[in-house]
Amino acid sequence: MTAQTALVDKAPQFAHARPVRDTASGARRLKYLLVVLAFLLPSAIPLVLFVLGPMIAAAWVSLNQWNLLAPMKFVGIDNYVKLLRDPQTGAVFLHTVYYIAGYLPLVYVGGLLLALALNSALKGRSLLRGVYFLPVITSWIVVALVWRWLLSPSNGIVNTVLAWSGIHGPGWWTDPSWSMPSIILASAWKDLGFVMVILLAGLQAIPTDLYDAAKVDGANAWKRFFSVTLPLLSPSTFFVIVISLVNGFQVFDQIYAMTGGGPNGSSESVVAEIYDLTFRYGRAGDASALSWMLFIVILAVTLIQIRGQKRWVTYG
Amino acid sequence: MNRKLVAAFAIAGAAALVMSGCASTPSTTADSGPVTITYTNFISDGANVGNLAKIVTAFEKANPKITVKVKTIPYASYGTALQTDLAAGTASDVFDIDGASNYQSLVANQQLAELKGVNGSVYSQALLKTYQTSGKQFGLPTSFSDVVLFYNKALFDAAGVSYPTSSWTWTDEQAAALKITNKAKGIYGDHQPVTYNEYYKTLVQNGASFLSADGKKAAFNTPAGLAAAQWLVGKSGTTMPTIAQGQGTANFDSNLFAKGKLGMLHTGIWVFGNFAKTPASWDIAVEPGMTQSASAVFSNAIGVYAQSKHIAAAQKWAVYMSSSNEEVNVRLDTGWELPTIADTAKLNTYLSKGAPANRQAVFDAAKQIAPAPNLGANSSAIQDAMTAQLIEAQAGRETVQQALSNAETKINALLAG
Repeated sequence: MTAQTALVDKAPQFAHARPVRDTASGARRLKYLLVVLAFLLPSAIPLVLFVLGPMIAAAWVSLNQWNLLAPMKFVGIDNYVKLLRDPQTGAVFLHTVYYIAGYLPLVYVGGLLLALALNSALKGRSLLRGVYFLPVITSWIVVALVWRWLLSPSNGIVNTVLAWSGIHGPGWWTDPSWSMPSIILASAWKDLGFVMVILLAGLQAIPTDLYDAAKVDGANAWKRFFSVTLPLLSPSTFFVIVISLVNGFQVFDQIYAMTGGGPNGSSESVVAEIYDLTFRYGRAGDASALSWMLFIVILAVTLIQIRGQKRWVTYG
Repeated sequence: MNRKLVAAFAIAGAAALVMSGCASTPSTTADSGPVTITYTNFISDGANVGNLAKIVTAFEKANPKITVKVKTIPYASYGTALQTDLAAGTASDVFDIDGASNYQSLVANQQLAELKGVNGSVYSQALLKTYQTSGKQFGLPTSFSDVVLFYNKALFDAAGVSYPTSSWTWTDEQAAALKITNKAKGIYGDHQPVTYNEYYKTLVQNGASFLSADGKKAAFNTPAGLAAAQWLVGKSGTTMPTIAQGQGTANFDSNLFAKGKLGMLHTGIWVFGNFAKTPASWDIAVEPGMTQSASAVFSNAIGVYAQSKHIAAAQKWAVYMSSSNEEVNVRLDTGWELPTIADTAKLNTYLSKGAPANRQAVFDAAKQIAPAPNLGANSSAIQDAMTAQLIEAQAGRETVQQALSNAETKINALLAG
């Protein structure tokens, strides 16, 4: 759970990094600073080249009109104004929120159930842990093709099985009302193993004497789950929610491979729109502006979560 | 401390060098020594990779100092790949140009090198002029193709229907398709993609047009336009599989035809190669129109990247790939679209080069063309909007009339900029 502690315990950790004596001479401090810098370089170089650089470049592009080929034309904040007025912008944000609202509960509850099951003394649980993790490391293109086939309206396995029980299956990814649920289903299935691993680690970090004490106090299994397991799992839950939200806002691969944003734009997410604007419609300026709008939304949502965690996240 | 410091910087410096190493490879500008040029194409993707390899081998034999490195990209992702390469300044020395409108955009954005001293007389003059801008040649036409009606003779015979002729109309096509369709056996009478590309053509076939005469407004929301859309959309579920059955997915139609389960197929002559090993006997006819015959015609071209380091060698390959005897013969022998040469005697040998028998239809279709509308800067968005609305009607979520009205509103907004 290092990632989770890093999010939370920043201040105490950095306190250790401070030189022992603040009164050290200027030359010494400079040397120290240079050593720190040198050790940071291997990760700082890629960060600057591939993250910060492109972000700053995108900020500049977002103030221009650019079709990728012709020289850029400066237009100020026109792109932002245009996007805010365009109903399509609201639609793609709404689709993205719809995705998160469906995906997050599904993947969390599913992952928690799996983690609980595989935390018990189950036969072959090591193998099962591996099996459930397999989709996480599989390429989205492969998973999307398999799910398109599973959810094929006329001859897919899902609708065939539904037909056996007399249910007329929906059109899944060919139907605008079902395209997003199809993507949510495939995404939750793929990420289940990741959430399971995080929660499993969290479960194993809960000291068993707490359960013993609860038992002595007369708490039944439900009570133990809600009063011991869930509260002590809250740091892992918090981590899963932060990561899933950040990833959820950037949902793209599965949409590109499963529906292409269709039918009739019903599954077009923000990032899918950024892609289309850049590569299909030659509007890289608008796409960069939309990227920055998305960044601000993600930043705001994450900050709210970090602020809000004090109320419900318990560190043991 | 000092030694550690030096070591730390050395490691960091080495890492930085490794990371930026690939950015600064020295380049040669002189073409006197052996040269390797790169060629990115989509035209050979699928059945014609081997045919392109034959032309490359012949070129390298004739020009021992030049090596051609071929990169083949599927048509569906070619536009994106090329655009990305051009934006990054890493495009191949020579690359395919997907038709006249893409050529216009490439020239407008100064991505193509002028091809000087090309012997233009060997090319079909109309096609050659398509790739000229203010009297200068920036691209060379490589191939020419059109869309025709493919039909499976065995299914026609089994249904007791006579084969399509050039005088057929939609009415004849529909009657035959209905007779051939046998859903219980998984046999369908007809397949035509429900897309913008098919729609602008069926509009012309019904005496209508996609844009108004001044090109500033959508003009398809008329009774004739409605009939054209109904013709296209109405096939789905009656004589053509539905979207839920897989219609509209990649290669669905040509696979169905190759399996002998499709009576008629509207597609381009570029799929000839795909049906080379199809057991069922098949032939082609000019696509039926309604009030008039009209076919979609396409040409592909080849261009040299403006920033190429080997423009002379690249141009040599571009010329070879568009007009050499070897290229022309490979195309004629294998039915890989049509070469763009002026020599009609040679072109006529195409007529007797094997399946399909009625190759005359390829030439006949090119006599009555449905010109592609000039959609301006928002061309892709307009095409997407039209296709999306047609599919809404096809899936039955909107009436055809609603779909046309919605498309009209969206497209007028896009045309206005």
